[in-house]
Amino acid sequence: MKIVVLIKSVPDTASIFKVAEDNKFVVIGNPKFIMSPYDEYALEEAIKVKESVSGEVVVVSFGDENALEVMRTALAVGADSAILVENSDADSFTGKGVSKVLAAVIKTLSPNIIFAGKQAVDDDGCQVPERVAEILGISHASAVTRFELQGLTAEADREVEGGYCTMEITFPALCTVEKGINTPRYPTLPNIMKAKRKEIRKMTLEELNLSADDVRPGLTVNSISLPRQERLLKKLEGEIGAQVKQLTSILREEKIGL
Amino acid sequence: MSILALIAQQGELKSSALEAVSVANQIAQKADMQLIAVYIGPPLADQLKRLEGFGIEKIVVFESEAVTYYQNDICVPILQKLVTEFDIKVIIGSATSIGKEVCASIAAKLDAELIQDCIEVDWDDGLQAKKPIFAGKIISDISFTNMPAIISVRPNILPVIRNREGAPEIIKREMPHVPHAKSIKNIVREAKSGVELTEAKVIVAGGRGIGGPENWPVLQELCDVMGAALGASRSAVDAGWIHHTHQIGQTGKVVSPDLYIACGISGAIQHQAGMRNSKVVVAINKDPGAEIFSSCDYGIVGDLFEVVPLLTKEMRKLLS
Ligand SMILES: Cc1cc2nc3c(=O)[nH]c(=O)nc-3n(C[C@H](O)[C@H](O)[C@H](O)COP(=O)(O)OP(=O)(O)OC[C@H]3O[C@@H](n4cnc5c(N)ncnc54)[C@H](O)[C@@H]3O)c2cc1C
Ligand SMILES: Nc1ncnc2c1ncn2[C@@H]1O[C@H](COP(=O)(O)O)[C@@H](O)[C@H]1O
Repeated sequence: MKIVVLIKSVPDTASIFKVAEDNKFVVIGNPKFIMSPYDEYALEEAIKVKESVSGEVVVVSFGDENALEVMRTALAVGADSAILVENSDADSFTGKGVSKVLAAVIKTLSPNIIFAGKQAVDDDGCQVPERVAEILGISHASAVTRFELQGLTAEADREVEGGYCTMEITFPALCTVEKGINTPRYPTLPNIMKAKRKEIRKMTLEELNLSADDVRPGLTVNSISLPRQERLLKKLEGEIGAQVKQLTSILREEKIGL
Repeated sequence: MSILALIAQQGELKSSALEAVSVANQIAQKADMQLIAVYIGPPLADQLKRLEGFGIEKIVVFESEAVTYYQNDICVPILQKLVTEFDIKVIIGSATSIGKEVCASIAAKLDAELIQDCIEVDWDDGLQAKKPIFAGKIISDISFTNMPAIISVRPNILPVIRNREGAPEIIKREMPHVPHAKSIKNIVREAKSGVELTEAKVIVAGGRGIGGPENWPVLQELCDVMGAALGASRSAVDAGWIHHTHQIGQTGKVVSPDLYIACGISGAIQHQAGMRNSKVVVAINKDPGAEIFSSCDYGIVGDLFEVVPLLTKEMRKLLS
């Protein structure tokens, strides 16, 4: 079983975000790069599948040099090999371009399963994996909460409005994973040491034969802003009973939620 | 040139679908394009009438019980054909779990740009959208420079507006037969009852402060009185006190109710990523220094086991 995991390195959402003077760029105080949280679940699921049937797990990422550390972590957690398409301008690509880059790499690997996060927590794009699957012409299932290998097929659950649905998946297929599917393991010290000896294969866009037209964004960012924070910040006062009465009368008068 | 509105599936017309259609209508008027809608799923019957007033010229309907949930191998070719048939330049869907998957698939097939989860959409010589990024800490204002342009609209944020006369023409079409080449077979397992978080007008949410799973009834009673949905913080979910479907936040659901009542929740940034768009936030927490008090509208410092039952009692009086 050959399994590919798509991994994105993102700034930790606990970082400080600011809007630059030209209203265009996100400035991050103390940037610390982490594996996008849903990708941790994707990697864990891949390793679990590998452990149950034997096989190999290849992690693939498109990013700048900050992605190296995250790839190293993935190797320490249990991936067998890693490919980084390195580009200092990766941030300026939209989901349309990123998916073409990743699909071009995956095409050379012919995996049986691809796991990815259901969304990356930097751009919250929610589209790269599904696009990759469509480009490769394989099936996909989004936001999977349970994945069970059953011989040559797998059974998977996803949440839908008002319930679940269960799917039967034959391979090759791509699944994006939702939190709750598993509990990601931590790398152990011996594995961290071992990972240092594993090679991270670097590729460039040129090697993938993608033209500038293929990956040119069809979007422009006009500006970015901080969300409107117009909270009243009113702490109610008095004894508890009086506070509750005050709250209910506010809700009634302002017709909030009634 | 036309706009295509995707009507969410599952045999029931959800308000998220009506919101997407309202946005599509607004854009169609501004851009002076005709509005086409498509529905693929189990028969909607009478519910199609609820699609009047949005200026939809034609609704193309593919009805079949067999396609209750999304199947990309059936839906994507249908959509691709409609794009050509009606010269579609803009596609607007709902940012539900399935809606996002549909939009991503068709975007790839059309080699089009897509912005998911938009909270504002406009037309000014081209499609524009605002979307939260970095877990809602930043709002990005984006213009499409290419067409077709595709967006999905975050549920429960934008209003349902009917402002046009006339009923749409309904065009029923045969569901195309799809050979079993593709491999995702959907089996519906269960439909949960109760108010859905993403559609709820009121949400009562509990965190680690509720102390254990045996205490949910304290919040559930308030939910029942207010017709609210029950939410939870990640700590409550990770402790195994409640299923992940209730989790609100960066790695849970993003909600936007009229009223969000946070009980025993500290207000971590990752939790706020999921509830920041609530219109009014009430916080009940016994720690006056809790972060939630610096981002709520009304705060009550107190023990939730004292406050919530009192609130339930007052609300019951008020609503009876
Ligand atoms: C990558 C990542 C993703 C995350 N995603 C999410 C997410 O999606 N959703 C999410 O919620 N969190 C998420 N978190 C976790 C988040 O950082 C917090 O740890 C979590 O939200 C805390 O949950 P809590 O407020 O219930 O618990 P705590 O922080 O422990 O707060 C409990 C609160 O209850 C109060 N309390 C205790 N007893 C009572 C009482 N009797 N009456 C009144 N108040 C009481 C306390 O004063 C305290 O403020 C994520 C974290 C990371 C790193
Ligand atoms: N640059 C990238 N490199 C590798 N994987 C990516 C990249 N961008 C997105 N992905 C994968 O696609 C998922 C969803 O990303 P997005 O569509 O950007 O929200 C992520 O969780 C990753 O698994």
